[in-house]
Amino acid sequence: MSDLLIELFSEEIPARMQARAAEDLKRLMTDGLVEAGLTYAHAGTMVTPRRMTLALEGLTDRSPDTVEERKGPKVGAPDKAIEGFLRGAGVARGDLDVRDEKKGQVYYARIQRKGRAAPDIVAEVLERTIRNFPWPKSMRWGEGSLRWVRPLHRIVCILTGPEGHEVVPFEVDGLRAGDVTEGHRFMAPGEIRVTGFEDYQHKLKRAFVMLDPVERAETIRADAANLCFAAGLEIVEDAGLLSEVAGLVEWPVTLMGRIDAQFLDLPPEVLQTSMREHQKFFSVRDPETGRIVRFVTVANRETADDGATILNGNQRVLAARLADAAFFWQNDLAVAKDGMGAWIENLKSVTFHAKLGSEADRVERIAALARELAPVVGADADQAEQAARLAKADLTSEMVYEFPELQGIMGRYYAKSAGFPDTVADAVAEHYAPLGPSDMVPTAPVSVTVSLAEKLDKLIGFWAIDEKPTGSKDPFALRRAALGVIRLLLVNELRLRLFNATNPSLVEMRTDLVVRERENVLGAISDAIAAAKEYGTQFSGHLHGDLASADWVDEAVQLYPDLLAFFHDRLKVHLRDEGIPHDVIDACLAMPNADDLTLLVKRTRALAAFLKTDDGTNLVQGFKRANNILAQAEQKDGVEYSFGADAKHAHTDEERALFAALDAQEPVIQKAMAEEDFTTAMTTLALLRTPIDAFFESVQINADNQILRRNRLNLLSRIRDLCLGVADLTRIEG
Amino acid sequence: MAKPTCFQDVILALQDYWGATGCAVLQPYDMEVGAGTFHPATTMRSLGPKAWAAAYVQPSRRPTDGRYGDSPNRLQHYYQYQVIIKPSPPDLQALYLGSLRAIGIDTDLHDIRFVEDDWESPTLGAWGLGWEVWCDGMEVSQFTYFQQVGGHDCHPVSGELTYGLERLAMYVLGVDHVMDMPFNKPGHPQSLTYGDIFREAEAQYARFNFDTADTNVLLRHFEEAEAECAALLDQPALDPRTGRRIVMALPAYDQCIKASHVFNLLDARGVISVTERQAYIGRVRALAKQCADAFLMTEAGGWAEPA
Repeated sequence: MSDLLIELFSEEIPARMQARAAEDLKRLMTDGLVEAGLTYAHAGTMVTPRRMTLALEGLTDRSPDTVEERKGPKVGAPDKAIEGFLRGAGVARGDLDVRDEKKGQVYYARIQRKGRAAPDIVAEVLERTIRNFPWPKSMRWGEGSLRWVRPLHRIVCILTGPEGHEVVPFEVDGLRAGDVTEGHRFMAPGEIRVTGFEDYQHKLKRAFVMLDPVERAETIRADAANLCFAAGLEIVEDAGLLSEVAGLVEWPVTLMGRIDAQFLDLPPEVLQTSMREHQKFFSVRDPETGRIVRFVTVANRETADDGATILNGNQRVLAARLADAAFFWQNDLAVAKDGMGAWIENLKSVTFHAKLGSEADRVERIAALARELAPVVGADADQAEQAARLAKADLTSEMVYEFPELQGIMGRYYAKSAGFPDTVADAVAEHYAPLGPSDMVPTAPVSVTVSLAEKLDKLIGFWAIDEKPTGSKDPFALRRAALGVIRLLLVNELRLRLFNATNPSLVEMRTDLVVRERENVLGAISDAIAAAKEYGTQFSGHLHGDLASADWVDEAVQLYPDLLAFFHDRLKVHLRDEGIPHDVIDACLAMPNADDLTLLVKRTRALAAFLKTDDGTNLVQGFKRANNILAQAEQKDGVEYSFGADAKHAHTDEERALFAALDAQEPVIQKAMAEEDFTTAMTTLALLRTPIDAFFESVQINADNQILRRNRLNLLSRIRDLCLGVADLTRIEG
Repeated sequence: MAKPTCFQDVILALQDYWGATGCAVLQPYDMEVGAGTFHPATTMRSLGPKAWAAAYVQPSRRPTDGRYGDSPNRLQHYYQYQVIIKPSPPDLQALYLGSLRAIGIDTDLHDIRFVEDDWESPTLGAWGLGWEVWCDGMEVSQFTYFQQVGGHDCHPVSGELTYGLERLAMYVLGVDHVMDMPFNKPGHPQSLTYGDIFREAEAQYARFNFDTADTNVLLRHFEEAEAECAALLDQPALDPRTGRRIVMALPAYDQCIKASHVFNLLDARGVISVTERQAYIGRVRALAKQCADAFLMTEAGGWAEPA
């Protein structure tokens, strides 16, 4: 048994690749060694900017001897076949066994393989690992052909046993493995000879290399917290930045610096973004005021002046960066105070998508749609339109050009400084939300309106040009947009028929886009657009008219069911997370107005709750029984039993009781349904369970008397209609 | 060497240092370029199998960066220092750090870091992997191992170092506004600052770049350069006058450089839309690629008379 230490020492490995690479090294090496017949007790891996380290404990010294039996040709087979078999098995003819089998005598070879020594196997597996390492990007250097993430300079590969350590003889592209590494590039230059992992780790620590990335991150976190605490300030946590910074240093030294007073008035988001993106600084906040007042930077070394020169340099660089940011901010404010007209004009030359026109075209559509949606959401239509017209203006501002992640946030500042009301400015900031399943959902009516309009426009647009998500590909984030619409509607309990034909803006936009696409593809001319406009504004009247013959009308009409199905799929995913099974959703999707997602979800939730009760499941059974009997009878008789059942033909008490129950509950259910009070409708429906069960117990439906039979089938039909009016219970499984 | 006191000290120190390591110290290329990489000593010489080592200052123009001489650190005309060594030596990082010490950066007091930054030039059809080098959080150089140029794999690989001279010198000299930086020795009767030499030029060129350059003329120049480049490369290798084999890769490449600069000017004038932008970049790249193809057909590019 011995311990294996491997270090691959290179020029600086990009921070973002380090963690994954260390895992890959461990996986490829351990898999390879185990496959070759070695075993080990424990594997650990570490990574710094300049080295990846793998330490294996308790590696076996040899792989075991093995014997393989291989079946060969029949005795008496042509010599060629036998020779081929001997070659493949690597044995001599005299060594073959002959065995009796059902179909005659057959040759068998016993292939003995001697176990191999660990160093041979390690060398082989390490070479394969290095040559096939899955770097996201790799390169060649000098005159060599080896690929690595950056030039690879040293390989430590030693096995350490009770008698000491030995270098595994190994070479790749002229680079020979040894037992020598280096410490910190600046603080401890020169070679270090190591004998095993503990010795290695210990010597590296003395040479100012903290091997463990977790230890480096923790050191930075704790030191930064202490510096801030001592100054009565707090750090703005940033886990992504912490792990990146820990990947940029071997010996982290945390320093806190000042931000020039002249820059403290910049919006905090600008300070934070500029410091993080350009300088990889953490922001430090004054808990009293909530403002960013200082920064924390992490250097890769200690110095004789305790970092004074480094900090001074960093402060100067930051000042230059913030001078740029302040320059953008001042220029932008000038445009903003002027009403942002220049930016809005610029949007005409920013392409949103080649087939969907410029950002200006898009803003135009969003503004029209926002106006349309405003009354439904309860927003002021003028404000909604105004916010929509401003929503994308900051895209051409200098600050957002520099920091795209500040889109919307800057828009809010600029809209406010242009003198627009806060509701409008907030909508500019919030119209991108929600960006993910856990992102905040806007609730201010104007924000909700613009956000809905932005997303619906995007979805309808990309549907019109047939750029739908496929499989894992969703380059325009349309799934996210659809989920955004769903969450906006549900959180705000908005009642909106998404694809109602009476919603002219939606219809017009859709037809416009489809026509535009036609134009692109076929060169359709202006009269088609005119026709489309007319078609758009008078949708229902013209749907089946003369225009319906054109291809593009078919396309436009096809668009909505397909897009609605997409929404429904997203909704199913969303509701599944709530624990609502898909058959319950399907039962509600089949109901009218299923493009009103809030109504749909209300119905779904009520049905899901109902089905969890005994009454609910039993009622569904009763419904299904009624439905089956009816279906059979209708198929046999070739008629539909929908003519009103008459109580005067009721013969038994149970039959009369069912009539009475239906007469009593039907109006209650219908009233509740009209009021969309699905819970009351369903609990009332549940009251029918006992009379229905009793009816089935005591009454033979298919009576010999045809009048009685027909009357009873019609009674079942009444039950069926009543149930189907609540949800399509035929879809419920089980 | 003593600590630099002015801009030219930094340049001279770099010239001395890289000259001493064995680089040919070349002079700037006499054309308008966006970066030192465009100098044929880098673009062309990084192609083919032959060893090469050169260092030079290259005046570089980025019309969109003009600030009328007001910005403390942005200029439409500035200087890059460029080092290109093929094949990249194993100790290139150490050599580079030596150059920082040569210009007075004490690596025991400063924090030097190699931060991932892969380089790509869409107009040159070139890319490489490397870092931006940070000194106390400031990017002082770009460090790249060329992998492809003009669409050709680099073999051997060149190591390229690019220093932004003004920014680096300002840092070393402790100057906050580029125009305040001493250009030659301070304290002499003829001491000049960077601003004495360039402030007005910056304003003049900013006005020209942003508002005055005649876009119709520029558009025509672009077309002409493109056509000329193709025409030169279409000539047969055999020169009828001398009877010698003369592939005109370098004159053709001059036209590519010209087209690239004209494109930058048009961009600064704001007459190129987002979609057109990609198309123009593609056209320049096509020229660069053809020039690279042609260079490989010259002796410097490794071409040899078939035996």
